[in-house]
Amino acid sequence: MEFFLQNLVNALQWGSFYALIALGYSMVYSILMLFNFAHGDIFMVGSYIGLGVATMLLGLGASLGWALPGWLVLILTIVISMFLTAFVGILVERIGYRPLRDAPRASAAITGLMIGIILETGNLALLGARRMSFPPLIKSVTYNIGGVFVTNKKILIVLVSLGLMYALHNFIQRTKWGMAMRAMSYDYLAVPLMGVSLNVIAPMTFAIGSGLASAAGILYGLAYPVLDPYMGILLGWKAFVAAILGGRGSILGAALAGFLLGFIEIFVAMIFPSTLRDLIAYSIILLILTFRPYGFFGQAHSTQLRL
Amino acid sequence: MQLVVENLHVSYDKIKALHGISFSIAKGEIVCIIGANGAGKSTTLRAISRLIPAQEGSRMEFEGKDLLKYPPDKVVSELGIAHVPEGRRLFGNLTVMENLQLATFARKDKANIKKDIERVFSIFPRLKEREHQLAGTLSGGEQQMLAVGRAYMSGRKIMLLDEPSMGLAPLLMLSMFDALREINDAGTTILLVEQNARLALKFAQRGYVIENGKIVLEGTSEELLNNADVKKAYLGG
Repeated sequence: MEFFLQNLVNALQWGSFYALIALGYSMVYSILMLFNFAHGDIFMVGSYIGLGVATMLLGLGASLGWALPGWLVLILTIVISMFLTAFVGILVERIGYRPLRDAPRASAAITGLMIGIILETGNLALLGARRMSFPPLIKSVTYNIGGVFVTNKKILIVLVSLGLMYALHNFIQRTKWGMAMRAMSYDYLAVPLMGVSLNVIAPMTFAIGSGLASAAGILYGLAYPVLDPYMGILLGWKAFVAAILGGRGSILGAALAGFLLGFIEIFVAMIFPSTLRDLIAYSIILLILTFRPYGFFGQAHSTQLRL
Repeated sequence: MQLVVENLHVSYDKIKALHGISFSIAKGEIVCIIGANGAGKSTTLRAISRLIPAQEGSRMEFEGKDLLKYPPDKVVSELGIAHVPEGRRLFGNLTVMENLQLATFARKDKANIKKDIERVFSIFPRLKEREHQLAGTLSGGEQQMLAVGRAYMSGRKIMLLDEPSMGLAPLLMLSMFDALREINDAGTTILLVEQNARLALKFAQRGYVIENGKIVLEGTSEELLNNADVKKAYLGG
């Protein structure tokens, strides 16, 4: 039982990463019907931006002679980095995707992969191939709850992720921009007839997705403090799988599938040798998709491509 | 003239849809464009809303402003040109109220929005009853009401209507046109595109007949209703 609960805690942590990244994939898909294949690398960029901001804040505190408390640095780092990474997302939309809005979807997909490579190699050129370590920021405390070991970082990661998802949910359900996003997910060609500019809603969606990816990147850095330019590839693809599993374009689906993916991975590794983990975990997902090809909440739809 | 269209050319890829049509509408008028399926009626409305590009040499002016300089969302939010598209294109995943609110997204006169929503509900009381229902669950007639109501919320200077009678039972059709008349009485110009020529000409003051992307006839509704060619081609003899 303790063994099970221990793994459950780990699964929740990994699920948080997957879910936060998957949301970005799903949001962009739901409004523009394209997968932003650079999204995993935006997670990486967000993590590096977090590293930069945290280092700067710590340095600033040290040079002024009053060290900021770690939790404050962490909060500021998350908030500032989310904003900065949001701008990266806006740039990606503006430069990479907007000129291709009416182009075949394959062109957009290839562009996304290209942007990802540019971000990876750009990082490599700028910072070198050396891996960088994320500052710990808060002291790790381990609690023993009935034989299950839980660190304060794990609790923090899960709570911050859930908090962000809740905030996103409210934004989408309660604001006029969220309403425009929901409308776009239904029929994006009819949205301009409402006086809503796609050039406002599309960058905003990229900004939010990138901000969430940045939060994931920082939380990831807290848990696994070694950053390298290629860290976003595998995580990004896994989150993409979660977005598909949740149902293309479904926000709730992406969040749930992100957590489910975390569970499957951790529990497969619990039973089978860990070298077989991905093979078995993704076979399970393939099986699920065989029976639910549109994912949990996705719908088969044919969109009218002309107004 | 409120809306002036001159020498409007439009093509879809290589296929020409409009071969230089010209017409104009005065403020407060009800004008209809009639024609067969594929003649270019919807294309004309799409071009005015800037959803499809007009080709070199085309000229469109609305209240003295060059329409071709405006992107589609600004045509609605800055010029006040509302468009009820073919097939209604409601947001089925949004409630009736949300559909109406979304249409006010870029409006700056926040104070009037509430009043306008009340007005929509007074024209279409059925929508008030369905306020919190998802638009996708409405009946066909109610959907058409919402499409018109939504357009009214987005802009009130001119309303472009693409086949508002489509799929409506005769009685609903008549009450829909009564509602449009009410909107027109309050000062909104109406440009109507219809396959049902008799209905359109009875409703409008003037009309244009479009064939294969060209305007072939124009006149007052009475003239067109009595025209032998129109009678033969569009009014069933």
